[in-house]
Amino acid sequence: MDRIVLIGLNHKTAPVEIREKFAVVCVDTSGPLMNLTQMRALRESFYLSTCNRMEVLFTTPRLDEGISAVVGLLSNIYGQTGAALKPYLYTYIDQDAVKHLYRVACSLDSMVVGEPQILGQIKDAYRQATEAKTSGVILNRLLHKSFSVAKRVRTETRIGSSAVSISYAAVELAKKIFRELQGRIALLIGAGEMAELAAEYLLSNGVERIVVANRTLERALALAKRFNGTTVGWDELAEELRRVDIIVSSTGSPEPILNAKQVRQRMRARRNRPLFFIDIAVPRDIDPEVNRIDNVYLYNIDDLQGIVEMNQAERLKEATRAEHIIAAEALKFDGWLRTLEVVPTIVSLREKAEQVREAEVRKTLSQLGSLSDEAVDAIEVLTQSVVKKLLHDPILFLKRTSNRERKEYYLDVARKLFQLDLDRSETEEEEDQLSLDSDKMS
Amino acid sequence: MKESLLLFSVITTLLYAVGTVGYLIYVIRTEKAIHRIAYGFLLAGFLSHTIGLAVLVGQIHQMPVTTLPQTFSLFAWAIVGSYLAFQLKFNIRILGTFVSPLAVVFMLLSSAIPGRVIPNSQLFKSFWLTLHVATMFIGMAIFALAFCAGIMYLLQERQIKSKNFGLLYRRLPSLEVLDSLNYVCLTFGFPLITIGLISGFVYAGAVWQSYWHWDPKEILSVVTWLIYAVLLHERLAVGWRGRRAAIMAIVGFSAILVTFVGTSMILEVHHSFKLG
Repeated sequence: MDRIVLIGLNHKTAPVEIREKFAVVCVDTSGPLMNLTQMRALRESFYLSTCNRMEVLFTTPRLDEGISAVVGLLSNIYGQTGAALKPYLYTYIDQDAVKHLYRVACSLDSMVVGEPQILGQIKDAYRQATEAKTSGVILNRLLHKSFSVAKRVRTETRIGSSAVSISYAAVELAKKIFRELQGRIALLIGAGEMAELAAEYLLSNGVERIVVANRTLERALALAKRFNGTTVGWDELAEELRRVDIIVSSTGSPEPILNAKQVRQRMRARRNRPLFFIDIAVPRDIDPEVNRIDNVYLYNIDDLQGIVEMNQAERLKEATRAEHIIAAEALKFDGWLRTLEVVPTIVSLREKAEQVREAEVRKTLSQLGSLSDEAVDAIEVLTQSVVKKLLHDPILFLKRTSNRERKEYYLDVARKLFQLDLDRSETEEEEDQLSLDSDKMS
Repeated sequence: MKESLLLFSVITTLLYAVGTVGYLIYVIRTEKAIHRIAYGFLLAGFLSHTIGLAVLVGQIHQMPVTTLPQTFSLFAWAIVGSYLAFQLKFNIRILGTFVSPLAVVFMLLSSAIPGRVIPNSQLFKSFWLTLHVATMFIGMAIFALAFCAGIMYLLQERQIKSKNFGLLYRRLPSLEVLDSLNYVCLTFGFPLITIGLISGFVYAGAVWQSYWHWDPKEILSVVTWLIYAVLLHERLAVGWRGRRAAIMAIVGFSAILVTFVGTSMILEVHHSFKLG
């Protein structure tokens, strides 16, 4: 049986310089990670790369060979020998790999636990894998499962809904200042993961549009395109305060870029409509004095962190519940994986046929009324032999499958053909596919 | 007859008090059902209050403002009535937590202060007086709501500015909602007290042959009116809002209390409500 392996590194195991190296290389779909498909030790493969992590998931019939091949490839990207990279890597096998993927999908492994972006990133990566046809029966099901586990964790625990993330806290605050976010304009100064996440959050909570300001116009244009927004020149930053309502700032500037005087001057033109500054930058971008102006509210990263900390105990409790769900789901997946063998498939095929036969015989007998024992026996024998004959060829085919290269594929088709997996109907699978497609549209 | 009036007053006060307790529980356990019960008690109190006032009017054949207890009771009635109406329109449930205690306080004041129904007097029978009393009381009640909104605004704003969040942070609505409540109250209340003042002057002119007596209550009324006039003007002209508007609403209502309660109880003026 093939083994499932996950090799990766994340913000906990690797410093930013190393993560950067992978992040840059891996966004390119024609990048070196596409070499995974050419590795003979690997059967199915999938990789995920974000600013905070890099995960390679694969199945292999030869465990050691597969692992060393992937580590070798990663070392090539890193530009060092495997030994230099090893301390930053983690390797999970089989059930642990499944669990880790679930934890990542549920955002339990994220820097900001509960942030919802990661699921979208996994879906994107999976789409790439399906387009490149690198994923197969096992990984397809595993990834689909990871989406539904993430969905389950999201609905059954409050890991994502309580103020677990900084962006979330910022949006919650904005909702206590403004009646609603509909029709508001947000100004994004500078860039960075947190700021972009916050901007995305604001948009998904109803903010009408995003205005982007950046020292380099190129970057501003790229961000504006991403958020469907407009750009504003660096020199007109202060003037823009007349129009916008929420400001998210995260530049690398060593000095404040907006002072209290600049803000105070614009309040009259705004007719004192509230302004909400979210200063994510360290060192700070916005002069702290700004918070003393009437109808102006300034929160920096520490303030927001404070709100998030407030819910730490609650978050821990919710995380424990999420871990519980993940452990249970990983066991379920393991159960399915075990059925993906020849003998269990034949057994469940026979069982299913026998069930159908018995039910039909019972129905017929009850309709016919009283029959002689011989007649009943004849019907039993007749149906048994029909079933046996009918199943003979499929079972023979399955038995031969043991030696085939793509055993899982045939077994999977057989299980689907006879619908042997009761916990997963075809419609459910279609739904997963649909949700994947609808994400693509948006 | 007197006993039945007293009975109505006691029942009303009790219903308001239970409603207030309900609204206080609502702060701790934010459940719609609790609010519905509290609102129900306030509504029941309001109905019993209305019947009591109707009986009283039927008895004295004039506006129920001949004694200080009556005026307090009428004021409580106007406050609860305006709150019930505002709640239907704006649905700011937590406002009830701040308004209902006010109603209870005025009901208790009304029963604590001795008062006797004075004999039927021609002085209190005039269209202008009826208009004066009706607009003034509803206007003041609406300003009482603005006062509560102002307190809620300051509480919420301080939590957000100081980044120290207490129990009320989640319960109180957004600053913008509270500020717009302030504005709505102002646009309803200001025309009402303006009409109230004018009709009062017209009435005074008719009864005492002079519109203005340099009576402390008259002076304070005009000062109160000016406070609200300034607030409205600044809101419209330069977009005053938020903290300042909230403070002005609180100052304005304090001026109303001084004008309405203070002068009546302390000063001997011809405008005062007769003490027993």
